[in-house]
Amino acid sequence: MATDTIAASEAGYAAAESAPGMPQLDFATYPNQIFWLLVTLIAIYLVLSRVALPRIAGILSERQWTITNDIAAAEDLKAKAVEAEAAYNQALADARAEAQRIVAEAKTEIQADLDDAIAKADAEIAAKSAESEKAIAEIRAGALESIEAVAKDTAAEIVGLLGGQSDSAAIDKAVADRMKG
Amino acid sequence: MASEATGAEEGGLVFHPMDQFIIKPLFGGGDIAWYTPTNATLWMALSILAVVALLVLGSSKRAIVPGRSQSIAELSYGFIYKMVEDICGKDGAKYFPYIMTLFMFIVVANFLALIPMSFSPTSHFAVTAVMALAVFFAVTILGFVKNGTAFLGLFWVSSAPLALRPILAIIELISYFVRPVSHSIRLAGNIMAGHAVIKVFAGFAAIAVLSPVSVLAIVAMYGLEVLVSFIQAYVFTILTCVYLKDALHPSH
Repeated sequence: MATDTIAASEAGYAAAESAPGMPQLDFATYPNQIFWLLVTLIAIYLVLSRVALPRIAGILSERQWTITNDIAAAEDLKAKAVEAEAAYNQALADARAEAQRIVAEAKTEIQADLDDAIAKADAEIAAKSAESEKAIAEIRAGALESIEAVAKDTAAEIVGLLGGQSDSAAIDKAVADRMKG
Repeated sequence: MASEATGAEEGGLVFHPMDQFIIKPLFGGGDIAWYTPTNATLWMALSILAVVALLVLGSSKRAIVPGRSQSIAELSYGFIYKMVEDICGKDGAKYFPYIMTLFMFIVVANFLALIPMSFSPTSHFAVTAVMALAVFFAVTILGFVKNGTAFLGLFWVSSAPLALRPILAIIELISYFVRPVSHSIRLAGNIMAGHAVIKVFAGFAAIAVLSPVSVLAIVAMYGLEVLVSFIQAYVFTILTCVYLKDALHPSH
């Protein structure tokens, strides 16, 4: 019973409080709401137009600027990289050409040295062989002379042994004839 | 047991879905004068604080790579700025702060109203009607100031056959004056209806058998209300932009 009466009185209170049915249509509160709404809107407007919106606009334009700048810088760097690559290729080509030139030079130098050395060696060989030939000729001449002397001696001995008178002139003549023959 | 159950049922099924919209003085009782701080005042003040927290404190770092709150501040700025520029054109951009003010107030008030036990200022016709009428008068005055009597060309549909034009002019005129009504009731009606429906479902939760269904329904309605909160703020703002466009470029 007690709870029933409390519920009933609560319901009555609520009914009394929301008398027009919708609190939205309680015109007694309108001046209050309109006043505080205008205060709120003006406060928000001042905050937005003085602080928030310029600041956010600044941030956005700054970001745009940074992005544009960075893109420009990136393009610059890219151009520099292309340039550097070209320079590198140029240097590489130059170095190759230089190396080829040095190789060719070295080759000609070596060739000249080689030719020189060959010529010198040839000359030495020629000189040596001429000397040898001369020595051989001398030896041969020496040998012939010895053969003649030995032949004469041998002939004189043989003639002597055979009991003849050794006629040196005749022997010389006979040996010379034989030697010629 | 039975009597208790019926008693609970009777007690539970007394719905007061509209009580949440009652405006009460914050301190003590008594009459509500125009300056009395009320629960409406409190939640409007909280919406100011939320706007400041989001747009001023959120952007205070001025980071080139934005953090979370700065991203939201920039997103809302870009969202409304693009809307104003797309609809009103480049010359509408100088009215951007006013439109941004309206949008931020409505969207923040709508979202704050989703906090349980809170109060929703945007569910009151007094609030939405003041904003809609402000838009209506500002746009009408601006239209006449910018275009002079050429602004009346808005009602004279020059692409229609000549015989139809007077009739169309009357229709256009009526629709023009209905604008603030539809503009304000759309917002307040949506917010009020959603909150009242949640309250009704909450009333059903007093019945043990129905309470799981009721809780599920509240969850579903709450999700819907989150959407509605944003969409109604968006609709109010975009309609403001459309009206502003009519004032700046009245030709059809």
